[in-house]
Amino acid sequence: MEQETAGPEARPGATGDGAPPVIGPGYTFRSVEEKISSITLARRTPRGWWIGFAISFTLAMVMLYTICYLLLKGVGIWGINIPVAWGFAIVNFVWWIGIGHAGTLISAILLLLHQKWRTSINRFAEAMTLFAVACAGLFPLLHMGRPWFFYWLFPYPNTMEIWPQFRSPLIWDVFAVSTYGTVSLLFWYVGLIPDLATIRDHTKSRFGQIGYGILAMGWRGSAYHWKRYEVTYLILAGLATPLVVSVHTVVSFDFAVAILPGWHSTIFPPYFVAGAIYSGFAMVLVLAIPLRAFYGLEDFITQVHLQNMAKIMLATGLVVGYGYGIEAFMGLYSGNIYEKYSQINRMFGPYGVYYWALITVNVAIPQVLWLKRVRSNPPFLFVVALVVLSGMWLERYVIVITSLHRDYLPSSWGMYSPTVWDWSMFLGTIGFFFALMFLFIRFLPMISIAEMQTLLPESRVQHDDHAGAAQEAH
Amino acid sequence: MATYPGLYGLLAEFETPTALVAAVHSARQTGYTRMDAYSPFPIEELADALGFRWTKLPLLILLGGITGAVSAYALQYYCAVISYPVNVGGRPLNSWPSFIPVTFELIILFASLTAVFGLLALCGLPMPYHPLFHVPRFARATRDGFFLCIEAADPRFDRAATNQFLAGLNPREVSEVPQ
Repeated sequence: MEQETAGPEARPGATGDGAPPVIGPGYTFRSVEEKISSITLARRTPRGWWIGFAISFTLAMVMLYTICYLLLKGVGIWGINIPVAWGFAIVNFVWWIGIGHAGTLISAILLLLHQKWRTSINRFAEAMTLFAVACAGLFPLLHMGRPWFFYWLFPYPNTMEIWPQFRSPLIWDVFAVSTYGTVSLLFWYVGLIPDLATIRDHTKSRFGQIGYGILAMGWRGSAYHWKRYEVTYLILAGLATPLVVSVHTVVSFDFAVAILPGWHSTIFPPYFVAGAIYSGFAMVLVLAIPLRAFYGLEDFITQVHLQNMAKIMLATGLVVGYGYGIEAFMGLYSGNIYEKYSQINRMFGPYGVYYWALITVNVAIPQVLWLKRVRSNPPFLFVVALVVLSGMWLERYVIVITSLHRDYLPSSWGMYSPTVWDWSMFLGTIGFFFALMFLFIRFLPMISIAEMQTLLPESRVQHDDHAGAAQEAH
Repeated sequence: MATYPGLYGLLAEFETPTALVAAVHSARQTGYTRMDAYSPFPIEELADALGFRWTKLPLLILLGGITGAVSAYALQYYCAVISYPVNVGGRPLNSWPSFIPVTFELIILFASLTAVFGLLALCGLPMPYHPLFHVPRFARATRDGFFLCIEAADPRFDRAATNQFLAGLNPREVSEVPQ
């Protein structure tokens, strides 16, 4: 993955080794800035935006309606009961939080690894993280039954004279997810500051000047500020990298620390993290492919980006496949009748069809990504990404439901099926997520302008007669 | 040293990052000290040219992280050992392995908050008003303009001589920045 733009001597777009460029040819500082900010500054909102926003906003209203009904009636409107007390709420929570992970991976880990191609996708991938975490957070909150007491999860001196149980992964989850949400917001906002200043300086509307002016906090591009900014950005990336790994590890602890067969497994943390990145990159592709086509951003989100993301999806998908394999092997080979039964029940029990559907869509179908023809065909890639997203959702469904519905005592076995309110909540959060994405695309620069400008060879200081000439001039 | 009431400094605009860095070098060689350079994106050599090599931010962030670690562990110790001890099969109350996840998360949280608020504090942001915003061309500093501003507070600053010096650096334009 070394297709970064060559040094100052070469134009971007002519890297020589035949690799596609990370930015189209012929751009200047001004045209990069105008191309990106024109989407935000445009007076007229495109019709396609309105249609997309209307659909997702309607679904978001369905979510709000569900939440109101839930608060009125209680969690009994969902299909959960004993023995399957977690159901869709936890399935969706893990799914959403996993999707968020690709945003942090792109913005932090790829920055530390000097992957220049991250530049045009990191901004909206980070936005995706924030919105996915917002959707994820709703589920455990509402699943509590009395969400208005959510603050009981935090350690604060109270008249009941009790404290949270810090030995419980559910409390770790509270800290992990709230830290993750906060740090993602900070990282995103710090990245936005210079671009907010750009919009502030070039918008024509008074309202925009004030609004973006407040958000940009008076950024003026001072060299002293840039230096501190770069230090901060790099350190935040260094902090976010272990954070993103820890968050999904803690999420997997919700399962792995329990002694339930099928959950109590040390492979959960690594394979959850890989699965999170897998689904996250799928979501980035689902967002990026229509976006670049709709706004004509093919010069910024190029074939390199799509192909690299496809390769990461393939790699993490293989890790996930390995996880399934080891899980099955350990279950069957463990010599523990409960573990063994749980694995056989997962494959051939009443929910077996979901297991095999999962293997098909999450392991078998993504193997088409080995073919370069598929990786370089955006519509095809889009479909594969959708398949992976549904596969990762199925994975959580299989893990949560099959382990819970039959435990040690056959007398306590039961079945689970979601109600219409489970579905309306799930589809509602998808609408909520996309509604937020649409607002973000309209009102904030979805690609980092300052970082894209540094991809141009002109952004580098030349240490030759150029500099000498300027010095002699005085 | 003459004072110029109502004048913040002189602002020269350059075409390229290379020209700006060269201009900063010349200004430093000439003996100017109170100046700042402005660009739409970070230029590594610029801070070096201004003689700004070290920032205490990393140290602050480290302190923030350490504060996070100590307070997180202290909080959990207080809750689980002192204030509300729960005896689970005689296991130790100070069960440190299960206190690690929260400690780790709070290290990251405190360090990140220190990083961002430290950045803003050291840069003096938010600062909605700055004299430079009076200059209409300065809007290009967030698009494709590269600026050097020598401030009137500089001991060597002289309205005419500094103007001439900046004009000699081959800028696109030199303008006065009102206070």
